[in-house]
Amino acid sequence: MASNKKYWKNEAELNPNDSIVEALKQNEFVEQIPVDDFLGDKETLSSTNTNRRDFLKYVGFSTAAASLAACEGPVIKSIPYVVLPENIVPGVANYYATTIANGFDFASILIKTREGRPIKVENNTLAKVGGSANARVQGSVLSLYDSTRLQGPVANGEPVEWDVLNATIKSKMGGLKGSSKKIALLTQTYASPSTDRLLADLMLTNENVVHVTYDPISEDAALTAFEHKYSERALADYDFEKAGLIVSFGADFLSDWQGGGYDSGYSRGRVPKKGKMSRHVQLEANMSLTGANADKRIAMKPSAQKVVLAKLYGKLNGTAVGGNTSEYDAAVDMLAAEIKNAGSDAVVVTGLDDVNAQAVVLAINEMLSSKAFDVTAPKYIRKGNVKAVNSLIADMKAGRIGALMIDGVNPVYSLPNSADFKEGLSKVDLTVAFSTNWNETTEAVQYVAATNHYLESWGDIQIKKGHYSLMQPTIKELFDTKQFQTVILELLGSDQSYYDYIKQTWTDNVLNGENWNQALQDGVFIAETMMVDAVGSTLNSISSEEVSEVVGLAPIASAIHSLVNTTSDGMELTLYSKVGMGDGQQASNPWLQEFPDPITRVSWDNYVTISKADALELGVENVNVANGGMDGNYVKLTVNGVSLDQVPVVVQPGQAKGSVGLSFGYGKKIGLKKDMQTGVNAFMLYEGFSANQSVSVEKVSGNHEFACIQLHKTLMGRGDIIKETTLEIFNTKDHSEWNEVPMVSLDHQEVPATSVDLWDSFDRKIGHHFNMSIDLNACTGCGSCVIACHAENNVPVVGKAEVRKSRDMHWLRIDRYYSSEETFEQDDTKKDEFDGLTGDKGSLSGFGELEDPSENPQVAFQPVMCQHCNHAPCETVCPVAATSHGRQGQNQMAYNRCVGTRYCANNCPYKVRRFNWFLYNNNDEFDFHMNNDLGKMVLNPDVNVRSRGVIEKCSMCIQKTQKTILDAKRDGRVIEDGEFQTACSSACSNGAIVFGDVNDEKSKVAELKESDRMYHLLEHVGTQPNVFYHVKVRNTNEA
Amino acid sequence: MKKVPYRNQFSKILGLSLIVFLLFASSLTAQEVAVDATATEAVAVGGDAVKGKSLFNQNCAACHALNRKMTGPALANVESRLNEDEGLEKDWLYSWIKNSPGVIKSGDAYANKLYAEYNQAAMTAFPTLSNSDIDDILAYTAAPAPAPATVAGGDVQSSSSGSANSSGVSSEIILGALVLVFGLLVIMLLLVNKTLQRIAQANGIVIEKENAEKRTPIWKAFAKNQFLVLVTAIFLLLGSAYFAYGWMMQVGVDQGYAPIQPIHYSHKIHAGDNKIECKYCHSSARVSKHSGIPSLNVCMNCHKSIYEYAGNPEGPSKEDIANGYTNEFYTGEIKKLYKAVGWDEESQKYTGVSQPVEWVRIHNLPDFAYFNHSQHVSVAGVECQTCHGPVEEMEIMYQYSPLTMGWCVDCHRETNVKVEGNGYYEKIHAELSKKYGVDNLTAAQLGGLECGKCHY
Repeated sequence: MASNKKYWKNEAELNPNDSIVEALKQNEFVEQIPVDDFLGDKETLSSTNTNRRDFLKYVGFSTAAASLAACEGPVIKSIPYVVLPENIVPGVANYYATTIANGFDFASILIKTREGRPIKVENNTLAKVGGSANARVQGSVLSLYDSTRLQGPVANGEPVEWDVLNATIKSKMGGLKGSSKKIALLTQTYASPSTDRLLADLMLTNENVVHVTYDPISEDAALTAFEHKYSERALADYDFEKAGLIVSFGADFLSDWQGGGYDSGYSRGRVPKKGKMSRHVQLEANMSLTGANADKRIAMKPSAQKVVLAKLYGKLNGTAVGGNTSEYDAAVDMLAAEIKNAGSDAVVVTGLDDVNAQAVVLAINEMLSSKAFDVTAPKYIRKGNVKAVNSLIADMKAGRIGALMIDGVNPVYSLPNSADFKEGLSKVDLTVAFSTNWNETTEAVQYVAATNHYLESWGDIQIKKGHYSLMQPTIKELFDTKQFQTVILELLGSDQSYYDYIKQTWTDNVLNGENWNQALQDGVFIAETMMVDAVGSTLNSISSEEVSEVVGLAPIASAIHSLVNTTSDGMELTLYSKVGMGDGQQASNPWLQEFPDPITRVSWDNYVTISKADALELGVENVNVANGGMDGNYVKLTVNGVSLDQVPVVVQPGQAKGSVGLSFGYGKKIGLKKDMQTGVNAFMLYEGFSANQSVSVEKVSGNHEFACIQLHKTLMGRGDIIKETTLEIFNTKDHSEWNEVPMVSLDHQEVPATSVDLWDSFDRKIGHHFNMSIDLNACTGCGSCVIACHAENNVPVVGKAEVRKSRDMHWLRIDRYYSSEETFEQDDTKKDEFDGLTGDKGSLSGFGELEDPSENPQVAFQPVMCQHCNHAPCETVCPVAATSHGRQGQNQMAYNRCVGTRYCANNCPYKVRRFNWFLYNNNDEFDFHMNNDLGKMVLNPDVNVRSRGVIEKCSMCIQKTQKTILDAKRDGRVIEDGEFQTACSSACSNGAIVFGDVNDEKSKVAELKESDRMYHLLEHVGTQPNVFYHVKVRNTNEA
Repeated sequence: MKKVPYRNQFSKILGLSLIVFLLFASSLTAQEVAVDATATEAVAVGGDAVKGKSLFNQNCAACHALNRKMTGPALANVESRLNEDEGLEKDWLYSWIKNSPGVIKSGDAYANKLYAEYNQAAMTAFPTLSNSDIDDILAYTAAPAPAPATVAGGDVQSSSSGSANSSGVSSEIILGALVLVFGLLVIMLLLVNKTLQRIAQANGIVIEKENAEKRTPIWKAFAKNQFLVLVTAIFLLLGSAYFAYGWMMQVGVDQGYAPIQPIHYSHKIHAGDNKIECKYCHSSARVSKHSGIPSLNVCMNCHKSIYEYAGNPEGPSKEDIANGYTNEFYTGEIKKLYKAVGWDEESQKYTGVSQPVEWVRIHNLPDFAYFNHSQHVSVAGVECQTCHGPVEEMEIMYQYSPLTMGWCVDCHRETNVKVEGNGYYEKIHAELSKKYGVDNLTAAQLGGLECGKCHY
């Protein structure tokens, strides 16, 4: 039956008189297409000069012309030196020893230069102190070639000559002589004998000069406690190699605690030797790199840490300290017992920004007479004085400062009370900021003195009493810049260069008759006899002119009393510095921005870390979205009325309940390219220079897109990826029990996987055969190898959006895994006990549970690069044979042969192959460093810069192994063990990565390969990798 | 067929003799020119001066010239000049040459004046020269200077232009004569044919025509045979593909690339005529991956004293002169070097104003190929000429080898590794040669064909 329903397409159809409806019944469009307008007019058409044929002729001609023009090869010019510098051979690298001392990072390093360009940072193995370059130091060579650097001095926004600037400062300083207004120098910590002498000279000529040292991330509490006890403003040094038991109260000593540099000693103590290794207990709020490496980690808020510390002191001392009972009393008993047991092998450290806590720790170490504790030769790499800074700001606001010179610090950005400082600046007659880059402070001052990068500067540093190092320029100033000390010398009217000045200081005070050139070549000098007193006395005179009065420290009893009665209500915030960004000096460095945080694996951001329980309560979460990225909610943080409105949240396993963490160094806006303006400025919450704050957290609307490199958090019970055992089992049981070789079925018999081979194996006994050993006990996850690999191999930076799409190009990554139960072992057991799909032990729900990390998980790090499999799955699937195997064990990648099918990446069980989705060089879409002439100067000329559409991966630094071989061939000699190095192995001062030739029986790597702890990653796959790992051993022996 | 007598024998012989004459005529003129050019100059100097010349060149020429102030003063007629101007005897010269610092120290006025005049650079003492040696040298300096350069240059100019013309004309004549000969031959053949036919007609011999029976034309037969067409088509396609491939493989291969350089630097003069060792200038080839274009201070090691080009002993060859490579031309190129390096000839000092030379790079390996000179030069002991060709004969440097991967690989397959006396190779060579059962390993057997050895 036909329907008589009428369907209306539009309301207008109801009106029978609607003209449009009528028109649409007849035609497709209401109006006629105006074809006639441009085709109908015959006259216009015929009068045009260009007809269709002409047009085709033009197209044809221009195409032909373009292709013909493209046929001609480019003319390449080569311009030799007019006069070749004596020590340069084009194509051969030179190394110079120097030192970085930027107020935050202090390290003795070697700089590799090619044709006069610094291109890579290496560790200075001669240095006994500060000889390891962390990720930021490794990356600092790129900051030299930062295209946003200041290129000359600036006066009130206009470029100016140095003469003019110097004359202005000089006349101003002269005018202030004898007046009541002071001339203030606000600087970073130099720890430099020559700079101290220079500033003392300046004060002699002008008694109005005051010098205030300012550390953006302050160690004032530790300095004050040390000064009170040992009457020197310095930091105690710790040698964790000598420690049998390390108890840390929130001290992140594997990253930047008290200037850092403790990781190599720590790692040496962590490798089990003769059945012994150190035990490490960490009590902390944030999940820090140090906590992640601890044998036992107790998550607690800073206020609780203080109480536990006080009670521990009481237990050790045998005095009652009072205080309420708390949930942590058992922990206190356990700690006290362990420490008593260890005696002088134990050491206690703390990172609490509290003078009392620092004083108690010094007292405990003193009481234990800890072997690892050194106060006779303290460290000088933090000098900042909070009281002096505060009184300077007060003076500025009161108009008592006539001139202010700022060097090496960015107080407008990094002061919590930067508004006060800015107000003060406006009342100072002359303000000069020495800086390498535009920043918040250079915006606020009258004169900006463009200063040298440390690789262009002279300097000397006393990292630790008696341990001196020298900084020498490795390149001539790229721009019209001068270092601060040179300007001061000019102000003093001296015609001495700063180099001569340093040399004089050293000849008079340091060298004690030793050879200056030798010291300069080594970069380090250890004073046999302590000649430091001469310099030390000038130091004291300076500090006495500053604020010499030590905070009225209460005796230890009252310190304990105030600690034990610490109370807290609500959330506590712990501010920390990230491994990649530190205090934010190198925010314009794309390598460091893209460096993933070792713990959260998030790059290009800072964020609030929050425990899962608190996150649930607040209703914030992280979700993985469909495109593979991680998203998070925002919260608002308020400390004492100051708030950060939109801070993204990362739910952090191991974060103490009731605490949150936030890192410094982000949130800079001025002088940075758009992509580099990441994160929020945590310094705004750094109230009273204390990293521990009481905070209120409040969810706000919005969704943040993270660039997280690793989205999976747990090992899912796959104990064969990171093999673990305890020291007890390691010592008592056979290695077949704790380092089990996987079994496979061959002819219906279970045989070890390593004995089965589907291939006819190649004889690898002749010539070199490279292997790499990675000790999971020595690896702290610090990531300096990652940046070293970037620098050596021209690894491109891809930017936040690309990282979010998992298109990061890192050849070497450090995987971080959490346990889902309390330990990884329990994960393994849980997985083994799965029975059926559903039910209590069903694998369906069970695997779901295993995905969630525990509240306070065990953490493990695993550096993974190309495993250079002898039976490489990638090689067999390449349709064009672009990847092949070398006799020396390296899996080789010929980029020019690769057509980009990515079969190899799909077939790689380790997921180490990276695809160039775009052309990352010479491409302004990737405005990092490979698109400008300055940034390109950091590229290693021995390694290809890859183009779009090819796969790339770790080459085991074949350019370095080939160079070593060639050097030996040229000298006609055999290669010694230790000569073969990769970028990562030479960057690893912890000794976790060892590289060498296993066919050399005497080599260290051959010895390590025979170790009981040795295993290969995914051994059952049968890939026979040339990279092997060492089983991680945890010291779980309590007391 | 009736035998035809050689009626044209005379004209044939005539023609042949004409050819022979023309062929030899060109070489005759060439010989004449050569004799002209190598006319030896009469040397009217005594035996002393000849010996003195070689001594002068060995010992003095680095700092002194006869008619020109260099590091030291000009020495033409130095003996008489000193005697006339300063009243100094030969004895003073003996003692000065043998120990000039001593003379300066002794407070001799003229010695100190000289010392001050020449930037306080003391002359090297030559205690080994005997008095008679010095006499020889002085005899050489006293010998009449060669005719002024301008006149000599003019001579060379005129003669060179003349000979250039003559050589051009002679080659044209040869070509013209050849054309003429060929023309004559063709005409003669036609004439002979015609005559023969006429004789045949006269003798009543009927020349049998070709079998006039009509056949299918060959191309039609070809077109009908489809198999043949197919085979030919395939053959043609394969052939053209082969040539197209060959042509495509030439793209980017710049063998023979010889660009014009900002300074006409002749490897022939330096490495060929003067036998300068390659690695004297390209010193980094010994230790570095780059052979390096020498920095200009290396040029100045010699060119401080070599300020003009005096030509090779036999004088410029005809070819050179034809190309304009006259002595003046080369001297002009040396001046370009002085300008680039900022050397002031007058004061014999660097002005400090330099203008680096932008050479056009000839050998361009792509970025993805790693090549190390020191590996080949120092370790393997490969001669530079193996890859760079007869550089000592190259007036203009060009790319001798194709520098393709196939070329590299071929050499690695064939070349034995030089292992003698190299401690590095001892063990690996013993083991590998045993494995492969050979006495000498090739580079390929040592892993020289692995991709990753050159591509990373």
